[in-house]
Amino acid sequence: MAVVAGKAARVAARLKGGGSALPGLVVERIDPRFLAHALSDLPRGIVVVTGTNGKTTTTKMLVAILRQHGLRVFSNPTGSNFTRGVISSMLGQIRLGGQVDADIAVLELDEAHALKFAATVAPTHSLLLNVARDQLDRFAEIDQTAELLARLAEQTTRGVVLNLDDSFISRIRQQLADGVDVCYFGVDPSVAGRLPELQEADVRFEDAATAPEPTSDDGLLKPSDERSFEVVFGDRSVGPLALQQRGLAAMINATAATSMARMLLGEGFDEASVVEALRQVRPPFGRGEVIDADGRPLELVLVKNPAGFTVALGTYGSTPVASMIAINDNYADGRDVSWLYDVGFDSLRERGVAMASGVRAYDMALRLRYDDVVVDEIEPDLGEALSRFLTVYRDEPKRIFCTYTAMMRLRRDLAERYDLPEFGAETTA
Amino acid sequence: MDASGDDGMSGAKGRINLVHLYPREMSIYGDLGNTRCLASRLRWHGYEPVVHPHHPGSELPDDAHLLVGGGGQDSGQARVEDDLSRNADRLRVLVDRGVPMLMICGMYQLFGRAFITVDGRRLPGLGILDVTTQGNAKRMIGPVVLDTAYGDVVGYENHSGSTVLAAGQDPFGNVKHGSGNNGTDRTEGAATANVIGSYLHGPILPANPALADALIRMAVEQTGASFEPGEIDDNVADQARTRQIRRLLR
Ligand SMILES: [Zn+2]
Repeated sequence: MAVVAGKAARVAARLKGGGSALPGLVVERIDPRFLAHALSDLPRGIVVVTGTNGKTTTTKMLVAILRQHGLRVFSNPTGSNFTRGVISSMLGQIRLGGQVDADIAVLELDEAHALKFAATVAPTHSLLLNVARDQLDRFAEIDQTAELLARLAEQTTRGVVLNLDDSFISRIRQQLADGVDVCYFGVDPSVAGRLPELQEADVRFEDAATAPEPTSDDGLLKPSDERSFEVVFGDRSVGPLALQQRGLAAMINATAATSMARMLLGEGFDEASVVEALRQVRPPFGRGEVIDADGRPLELVLVKNPAGFTVALGTYGSTPVASMIAINDNYADGRDVSWLYDVGFDSLRERGVAMASGVRAYDMALRLRYDDVVVDEIEPDLGEALSRFLTVYRDEPKRIFCTYTAMMRLRRDLAERYDLPEFGAETTA
Repeated sequence: MDASGDDGMSGAKGRINLVHLYPREMSIYGDLGNTRCLASRLRWHGYEPVVHPHHPGSELPDDAHLLVGGGGQDSGQARVEDDLSRNADRLRVLVDRGVPMLMICGMYQLFGRAFITVDGRRLPGLGILDVTTQGNAKRMIGPVVLDTAYGDVVGYENHSGSTVLAAGQDPFGNVKHGSGNNGTDRTEGAATANVIGSYLHGPILPANPALADALIRMAVEQTGASFEPGEIDDNVADQARTRQIRRLLR
């Protein structure tokens, strides 16, 4: 009964062009155990990927690695990482008995929803990426966010992969149930000096607990240059390989995905397949996606919290190009823009910022002023700003840093202008 | 941007000691932006700012001209309480001397008379501002517009404590949009002598330059000189503020 009603709602929502979470809402009302039942019999289990930054990229990478190994993987589409979104995306893949037709599920869930999800279905595995401040309206404190992740780990039945270099995550080990496997992912000591650029120091205190010594079950990132790297497990290694997405953060995401895959696949883990899979992963929508704009590359970079913006500036700052920053303050962006003052914009000083846009365009410009970054133009209207930016800088490479709802709007305009696939179209595979 | 350049005059008007209380523990949600704003504006006005980060266990400088503090997590607040009570007398001396202070959110609560926890425990504060805060489960979150002595002020509140002013305690402002101290009496923050407590992040100063300059004026007067403002182009700050006001009071 529930399945039929949900499918009907899904068709209705498509016709209206509605959001991806609506049909799930209908099913959840009808049968709260729907989710538990649908995922109950997956032979290889249910993997939850969570943490503040990098969920979408890491999930995509893990799914690609598992598929390359021949598994049939169910996953929720990008940007729909709530329980309801999971249900929505299931409806197309459900067998007659109401169960999902796959070997394994890999689900991207945000911290609060991961816990809600676990209350219904215990994950067999979880991959915990990092903790940083995000969406302050929902999670007031970083301590609280860390607590949510610890509780998720406690409810995981078979195996947990933890971030060795994030003390909030690595110390979760002490809270795991007996018999649950633990592995870590992290960076090789040779790049440990670059970690601060990925973490916020201001709200972290020195931690008495020291990080554990990595073993040959733990994956360590060893970059050879800006683009290529290996993931080292003791005396074995995956790579060298280069990703399509740039930067240290993406390499760490690949290391996390590889470590989780190795735990899941055990004997069946094949280094060459991992390399093959990771090479082909395209940056998710808006996460360093490169669009061909009149023959010049336009990079679209989603920024949603201080750690993420800092990483993005670190990743792209070495190659300054014409830049636009678009800041909205809708619910999905985080309504408070205070966090812009926890990001240093020095790397933009030399080239300046061509355009500040979004509902909080003037606040962004004001923030830049305090870092002595010159802003050429301020235009709150996103459509107007994009069009000016593309025209004035037509013949050079460009980059746009934007918050979530600003990205949705800009991506839609760009899709129309340059005939790109619509959001969601790439996730049906 | 004109006034930000080095015109050879920088710092010529005198040195101002700016103390940021507990920048590690108590400056979540961009409150460091207030320090950054004051330091830059001092420079643009022709003064030389010297920023002293005050960490638990270190000495508060005697010649402080201006103090700022921000909000923190519970774990951060717990880490500063001892240091704050150790420095209570010195802080009161500075208050009596008329040293301007801007205390946001968690530090505003700690500058109050007491904090009553959800389970009824009474934690004494410094008592510099005559306010009492009651911890409660409901968080007051959202954009704010205030009517203050410095004109309309915009910011963003995010607090679970509900604060009540004692009789005779002036608020910092009256709420035109948002919750303010407690969501019922339309007051926001508290002001005594040159001390301002407020829940407003945003951070509060960059988009409200009149407030920033009022603090700077009082700080300069602490040196015995009178404030000679420089020329600052505040068009972007004014736009940021008035657009928020228009949007929220519509
Ligand atoms: Zn606060």
